[in-house]
Amino acid sequence: MADSVFDHVVRAPEDAILGVTVAFNKDTSPVKLNLGVGAYRTEEGKPLVLSVVRQAEQSLVNDASRVKEYLPIIGLAEFNKLSAKLIFGADSPAIQENRVTTVQCLSGTGSLRVGGEFLARHYHERTIYIPQPTWGNHPKVFTLAGLSVKYYRYYDPATRGLDFQGLLEDLGSAPTGAVVLLHACAHNPTGVDPTVEQWEQIRHLIRSKKLLPFFDSAYQGFASGSLDADAQSVRMFVADGGECLVAQSYAKNMGLYGERVGALSIVCKTSDVAGRVETQLKLVIRPMYSNPPIHGASIVATILRDKDMYNEWTIELKAMADRIISMRHQLFETLKARGTPGDWSHIIKQIGMFTFTGLNSEQVAFMTREYHIYMTSDGRISMAGLSSRTIPHLADAIHAAVTRAS
Amino acid sequence: MGGSVKMVEETLKLAYGEDSKFIKDKRIAAVQALSGTGACRLFADFQKRFRPDSQIYIPVPTWANHHNIWRDAHVPQRTYHYYHPESKGLDFAALMDDVKNAPNGSFFLLHACAHNPTGVDPSEDQWREISYQIKVKGHFPFFDMAYQGFASGDPERDAKSIRIFLEDGHAIGIAQSYAKNMGLYGQRVGCLSVLCEDEKQAIAVKSQLQQLARPMYSNPPVHGALIVSTILGNPDLKSLWLKEVKVMADRIIGMRTALRENLEKLGSPLSWKHITEQIGMFCYSGMTPEQVDRLTKEYHIYMTRNGRISMAGVTTGNVGYLANAINEVTKSS
Repeated sequence: MADSVFDHVVRAPEDAILGVTVAFNKDTSPVKLNLGVGAYRTEEGKPLVLSVVRQAEQSLVNDASRVKEYLPIIGLAEFNKLSAKLIFGADSPAIQENRVTTVQCLSGTGSLRVGGEFLARHYHERTIYIPQPTWGNHPKVFTLAGLSVKYYRYYDPATRGLDFQGLLEDLGSAPTGAVVLLHACAHNPTGVDPTVEQWEQIRHLIRSKKLLPFFDSAYQGFASGSLDADAQSVRMFVADGGECLVAQSYAKNMGLYGERVGALSIVCKTSDVAGRVETQLKLVIRPMYSNPPIHGASIVATILRDKDMYNEWTIELKAMADRIISMRHQLFETLKARGTPGDWSHIIKQIGMFTFTGLNSEQVAFMTREYHIYMTSDGRISMAGLSSRTIPHLADAIHAAVTRAS
Repeated sequence: MGGSVKMVEETLKLAYGEDSKFIKDKRIAAVQALSGTGACRLFADFQKRFRPDSQIYIPVPTWANHHNIWRDAHVPQRTYHYYHPESKGLDFAALMDDVKNAPNGSFFLLHACAHNPTGVDPSEDQWREISYQIKVKGHFPFFDMAYQGFASGDPERDAKSIRIFLEDGHAIGIAQSYAKNMGLYGQRVGCLSVLCEDEKQAIAVKSQLQQLARPMYSNPPVHGALIVSTILGNPDLKSLWLKEVKVMADRIIGMRTALRENLEKLGSPLSWKHITEQIGMFCYSGMTPEQVDRLTKEYHIYMTRNGRISMAGVTTGNVGYLANAINEVTKSS
């Protein structure tokens, strides 16, 4: 065989987040703990398939009249409508006035990518401002979509909270019309969210500079336990009559991770614009994967359309959120009881799946080496990976990491 | 991000052969993809990233979305002759000329079997000649195989073109789809594979494919892949599948025969042998856009204006009506 035309291709580095799980799997220690990837785990450390999801799947399988034909390019219509209602609220003026286009996409990632590609083709400003730090995949998604990525200050390591002044300054000096990525709730990786008052200021600034907000909503219901509360930031922006994009994911809040279920919504000024925007979204999607997968979206539609199943879902969702909040409190109390130096209140102030511990990469490496604790090197831990049983071990590791000499 | 491991393993066996040495030697970089579209797009993005000066040669005609895919991947496109309208068959001489005249090391998109939209496939001998000439020119063959098993009813037979190229020592890429042959259309199940020089390179290439998939959709949907791996991983289910795919293929072949016979019985002045000579889901009827418009307006028959008929839409219940309509709009041409 002649030399391959791909001879020069080098091995890519392991994805940082997923690479943590790869390393974890290789570890044979009985006390190992995976606090890397943001997937919910039960108190027993197991993945959870929601009971209402199993019900929905069973009813789909039992329905012999169901077929596997292609969905339309923009996906399952009922799923799209219900998803829009979920994030914007059923009484949202944007929905009433028919000026939202919603298209089914491959979870949050797919929604962000399709939205980004659309903007790169049709929007006059090709720059997107993303928070520092943000989910590791965000810069790649938007760069490959054809946008150029800039950062705005977000996390303040000194307070382990929001650098609100820095945020306002950076967005204030962004060019008119630039796109701004906002985490709707439960910021990943920091868990630091603006307060309602801060959101209002952000909204005011964004609208006055005619910046275009693009929300990433990956944790609706999962953060506070309330679907409506977690959608407040998005609804605030829609309520002022302005335009925005929203990427929704059902990976966490319905536990549908691998099914890849999500939706991209674009709220427009008029229904005429929304209609035309939708036709252009199709042209982005078709050469990417033609049409989205049916299974996950069918599960979501089955649950959202049925009052009883919807209620069951909200209960199971709140249980997941509550368990995570409880883990936060337990970890905080345990560190306090140990007398671990430092202020650990950020553990209970931050919200959602992750805690940005404030540990540095050497401390993280130490914890992995000596205590078999796996997390990303930025000190982010997935609270979902903890249980009452394993918190003491983590607390020991943190204590050792911050008190050791070097 | 690579998707269901078991599903990919089984899928490679279908394309490369159950006992393929390439599989044994771990020389194939393969990832689950979003059906055929997703596999083509992932390859096009990979081609752009790692062979940025290359272009893709696409047959005329081809599935319309092929143009969109490589365009959105920003890979320049050229075309090569394929369909011969006069004979409603393969324009083999012109195809070979195009292969010879393309700059060395060009990328060629080949339909492994059941060419879409024409249904015209090279014969085995023609495939051997194409393979030889592509080798001489150092071109990279990329196969879109969307109809394995669905064309002849025999998956091994439908993979013949690929096997010829493998025997001839090409490094190839393949986009495979389970949309048609397992009827998993909306589940979006497929696979992209690239045959590499050795295991090390296969690992490198696979990692780079994953790097392209991650900012597009992170990882592929599990459900359809699980169906595939469950079927192919169980000998009884696999055997049942092989029977069912043959039934589908046979019904289509039966409809081709029926349509041709009906047209001939109606005394059509034209030759309709291409209906049974073409293979797969589609028949390139040779009708003009105007004739197609008449079929729609006057007979409520819907097809693309290039005259492509989806034979899957033909049944014993409607084949007579269809033949009559086609005859009416074409008999004076």
